[in-house]
Order: sequence, then C-alpha cells, then structure tokens
Amino acid sequence: MSTIRLRARRLDIRHGRIDLSHGAGGRATAQLIDEIFRSAFNNPILDQANDQATFDVPAGRMVMSTDGYVISPLFFPGGDIGSLAVHGTINDVAMAGARPLHLAASYIIEEGFPLADLQRIAASMGRAAAEAGVAIVTGDTKVVERGKGDGVFITTTGIGIVPPGLHLSAELARPGDAVILSGCIGDHGVAIMSKRANLGFDTEIRSDSAALHGLVADMVRTEGAALRLLRDPTRGGLAATLNEIAQHSNVGFLIDEASIKVREEVAAACELLGLDPLYVANEGKLVAIVAPEAADRLLAVMRAHTLGRDAAAIGTVVADEQHFVQMTTSFGGGRIVDWLSGEQLPRIC
Amino acid sequence: MKHIDEYRDGALARSLAAAIAREATSGRHYQFMEFCGGHTHAISRYGIEDLLPPNVQMVHGPGCPVCVLPIGRIDDAIRLAMRPQVTLCTYADLMRVPASGGHNLLRAKAAGADIRMVYSTLDAIRIAATELDREVVFFAVGFETTTPPTALAIRLARRKQLSNFSVICNHVLTPPAMRAMLGEPGGAHVRVDGFVGPAHVSTIIGTQPYAQFATEFTKPVVVAGFEPLDVVQAILMLVRQINEGRHEVENQYIRAVTADGNLIAQREIAEIFELRPSFEWRGLGELPMSALRLRDAYADLDAERRFEVATVAAADNPACECGDILRGLKKPADCKLFGTLCSPETPMGSCMVSAEGACAAHWTYGRFRDRARVAVTVTVADKAFA
Repeated sequence: MSTIRLRARRLDIRHGRIDLSHGAGGRATAQLIDEIFRSAFNNPILDQANDQATFDVPAGRMVMSTDGYVISPLFFPGGDIGSLAVHGTINDVAMAGARPLHLAASYIIEEGFPLADLQRIAASMGRAAAEAGVAIVTGDTKVVERGKGDGVFITTTGIGIVPPGLHLSAELARPGDAVILSGCIGDHGVAIMSKRANLGFDTEIRSDSAALHGLVADMVRTEGAALRLLRDPTRGGLAATLNEIAQHSNVGFLIDEASIKVREEVAAACELLGLDPLYVANEGKLVAIVAPEAADRLLAVMRAHTLGRDAAAIGTVVADEQHFVQMTTSFGGGRIVDWLSGEQLPRIC
Repeated sequence: MKHIDEYRDGALARSLAAAIAREATSGRHYQFMEFCGGHTHAISRYGIEDLLPPNVQMVHGPGCPVCVLPIGRIDDAIRLAMRPQVTLCTYADLMRVPASGGHNLLRAKAAGADIRMVYSTLDAIRIAATELDREVVFFAVGFETTTPPTALAIRLARRKQLSNFSVICNHVLTPPAMRAMLGEPGGAHVRVDGFVGPAHVSTIIGTQPYAQFATEFTKPVVVAGFEPLDVVQAILMLVRQINEGRHEVENQYIRAVTADGNLIAQREIAEIFELRPSFEWRGLGELPMSALRLRDAYADLDAERRFEVATVAAADNPACECGDILRGLKKPADCKLFGTLCSPETPMGSCMVSAEGACAAHWTYGRFRDRARVAVTVTVADKAFA
C-alpha cells in the first residue's frame, strides 16, 4: 500500500461508490487505501506503506492460515463480513494452539459498491483486530466490474506462533479421550438465515462470531500437555468437525445429544427451516479433544472464560475403523451423525 | 421448546417402550408399516428401533413424494427447464433425483437451465409476477399435503392474470398407494399387520379414507404425528389393536387431525384438480385413479398442455432396488448398490435422495446397525433402556 499525500478533496463516503479507478493502482486507489483502510486499521507496520509488512518474529513454530469470506448478507446480527474475516482467520490460527501475531487482508470489491458500506466494514475489521490484539499489517484491494462480484469478498491470512512443546493435530484423538464443546451451537448459521431476503422470519438470534485465541491461550497454558487437538466447527457444523477428526485420527465418537446445548430460538428456527443444528455453522465455538484425566480441569478453565462459560463434555472418542460418529439421542435411541450431504446453507462465511 | 419438547421426551419414550415390550406378546411377530417418509425419518433420526422389542418391526412404506416420482417425469422437468424461455421452480429435494442418462436438475442448472429452488409455491408466483418475460413453471410434487399450496398458487395466478405462470402437476394420492401395499391377490407384497397412518396428509383428508383398510383388509390403522413420541404411541396402539383382535382406524394425532379433515382445502383441490385415469409410480407401477391433473377450466395454467409435454417412460437402473424397498419387500441394506455406488452424494435411486427416503434415512442415521454390533453400540442400547 503506497501513500500519496497531496489531494484536494476527500472521498465522499456518504454518497460515493467504488468505481473502476479505485482498483487501477493510481491516485484513486491510494486515496481509498488511505482514507478507508489505513485509518481503520491504524498500526505502525501498515503505516510503513510498503507492498509487504516487515516484522520480527519470536523463535518457535509458526502457524499460517488463510480464508476467503463471501458471506451473504454482508451485515448480519452480531457482526459483518469484516469482523467475521478477522475472527475466522484468528480462530483458524488459534486452533493450532497458537498465539496469533498478524493478519493480512485482501479485498475484491464490485464496481458500484457504496463507500459507506466499505468504510463500515473496514471500521468493523479494525475494531475486531484491535479487540483481539492482532494487527492487520498488509493488504490489497482489487475492483471488478459490476456483476462480476457480489459487493465485496475478503480474504484474510493470519500467522501465529505455537508455544514450545505444544503439538495439536487432527490425527491425535485416541480412544478414551473426552470431547468438549465450548458452548451453544447453530447461532451463526441461523442468524444468517434469518436475514436472507427470501426466508422472511424475524428473530433476535445473533451470530456467535468471536475471536477464540484468548480462550485457547487459557486452555493451552493450564492443560496444554493433555490437549490432543482443537477445531472450530464452522461450515458443516459440529457434525462435519467430528467426522473430520474421526477420519484423520482413525477413530469413532460416541456423543450424547442431551449434552449438546442449542439455544431455544435457534432450535425453533431450525425446526421451522428443517435444519439440524448439528450441521449449522458456528463462528465462535471450539471442540477440544483432551486426555480423559484432564477433562474436568479443562472444563473448569474453559467455563471461567466468557467464551467458554457454557462449555460441556459431550462424549468420548472410541475405537472404530468405520469412523462412525454415534449419538445417543435425547429420545433414547441411537443414530449416527453423518457427514452433511449436499448443501445445507449456501454462503454462510 | 414449547410444543416440541413434550413430543420428544426421553422419559415418556421409555415408559411407552416398556409398555410395548410388556404387551407385545412373546412368540408373536408384529410387523407394521409406516406409510410416510416423515415417519421413516423420525424412526431413524431418533433411533426408535432401539426402543422396540425384537418381535415388533417396522417396514418402511412408499410415502416419500420424491421417491415415487418416476424417472420420466424428472426427464420432463429437465426438458422443460432447458427451453430458453422457461424458468423452472421446484422444491430443493428434487434437484438431485437421478433422471435418465445420469442427468439431474442440478446438472441441468449448471449447464445453463434456469432452475430456481423455492420454499413455497408463493415464491414461484412472486418470480412470475416480477419476471414477466419468463415462462415460470412450478414443478408440483407431493401427496395431499402439498396439493392445497399448489391450488392456492393456481388461484393466485388466475386472480393476478399471470399469463406466464403454469404448473406441471405430479400430485398423487395416499389411499391408492396404501391399497397397492396390501397387494392384489397373488401378487408379491410385504406382510403388514397394521399401518402407522399419515400425519400431514391426514390433516387434509381426515381419517375417514382409511376406513377401507380396516373393514375390507382387516388392518388396523393408527394415524400418527411426525414427532417421535407420536410414533411410539401409535405403535403401542397398533399392538393393542392386534392383541385385542380389533382392526379400526384410530387417531393418535388428535391435535391436528379430524375425521373429516380440512374441508376448505378439499374443496379447493376438487375445484382445480381432477383424477387422472392412471399414473406411474416409481416402484409401484401404474396405479389407477392415484394422481391428479388440472381440470379443463384451468388448462391455460397446465404446463403439460401449454408445452405439450409427452412423458416418455424410462427404466430405473436394473441393479437399483428402490422398487422393492418402496413396497417394503426389501430393506435398504439388501440392495447391492447401497453404500457402494449409491450414497446421498451419488444417488442411483430416488430412495437415496430425499431425507424421507428409506435408503437416505438408513444411510444417514442407521447404517451403523448393519455391522456386527461392537461394544460401543451395545452401550448406547443399554443406556436407552436404563
């Protein structure tokens, strides 16, 4: 991001729209970056105004993750595409047990997109990054012709560092391990669905979008040695996450439906829409697989954190070459919780 | 959640299950058919089989609208959708149903056909009202439950003078299919000691149309809701009828179903639709007087006439057992394709497509029962009966 300082007129944020010149690399691009992004993200590394960010890193194992955000609608109860792009990538980094260090953000903006909306998104990203203590240190903007995008798409990349001696990975679940879920499921997906124009139902459900690295840091600090792996159940929900782990670790699960918390409003909306909350996306929850002897202690640590106060043990890892995720239903019978087939909800993140 | 939790109560389920186990006389085998896919789904989703004693068994019926739609009708939909001026509106369930030559609506959409998934017939009306240059065709499927919304759309189109809206009608009727389940004399059919009768269908048609099964075939019918406790209670009611030598139509679903049903909906259906002399059902073949079409007075809204649709019968994959599964003669796991070539991701037969299909329900919720039970599974069952 380069800087051009002399300019007669500032962007007309209230009425202005993105046009192709904002993506052409000239003054208009520089002005857009300056007035919308740099002011929102406000940090010394970004202010170096280079095409890359340069910084020192602590010794140890690095983590890197990238994620594209194409959510529709862009603004939803409990967040927007900007805060989601910050939280989502921080969480992907944090699930390695890592402390996130920096973020990069890339925007593909559609011609005609209101500057006011772009500023609102940038401000929300800046706020989310500041709250998380993870700066957005470099970025890129591109503009595509009207009709070639859908408002704005954002890709964020994050890096982080893993505390010495910690190794969390999808293949490390072992029979007997406990499965802990950090809170209620389904809030994000249902909040998004409730705002889809063609569904027409009103609810007060808010997305659970949140950065989980603080919670993860507490968990790692106290019970890191007993932790096998962490996952955030986003697209495909808890069901997809457990099936992925089962596959990678060559195990199965036995979970208890009654211990999985679903808010009443979320359950009601799912009922109405014919969705199973187990398959609905979350953006501020995690699943921890932990050695059984440490499960109670880990639960206590999680419940002491705001984002883990509803944490619960929901089941155990079992030996199963067929990788079934079996569930005892609240009704009393047994079923499996299979992979989601087809598409339950399009573009939720 | 009020009005939901009370129908999914685990403690009540256990007491009903205990009553079934107590009353289902040992040495006697009870085999009941749940006609509706909604019941099949509930049985699998809540693991109801785990609550029943071994001598009480459920056979899945053909009451899954997507499953009984013959391939030729899906071919019709694809051909219509490929016409450049046509926008085909359909419920999402149908998108993955296999048609001839490995096609389906999802692939037709990817190839450029204008196919929109709608939640309601009113969405299709809205599209027709806002996109006047498109020929909007609603692909209507379902039993008596989804027929009134189609009737409503036809009424609205007429009132709004939407000349660009039409319906391709595949609505079918429940009682003829139940008759087919009990079989013609000499024909292959499954043993059915009684029916768990339709839930939503019965809200429209009432309980009276099932009287023929109780009187003529001496089979008890218990109309039941789609919640798991409804199903378990209905099974208990069926066991009691058998034990007492009764064969009556009973209504477990009194909170929604009456003897006469919804007379307004029935009047609307009768006003707009008439019986087809015959209609092909996947798995069941041609069934006389088993489906509806638009009356002549509504010919202008009938896509079959407007676009001169001539259905060409198409054969199922010969290895696919959907036909026998729909008639209750085979279980999903009896099919060689089940879980090998045929899965919800790559369905070969229609029973694997809809969530209400017997194969999809078994694959999604119950296939762990097909293997030799490991210690884990036994634990689940123990817990269920604790």
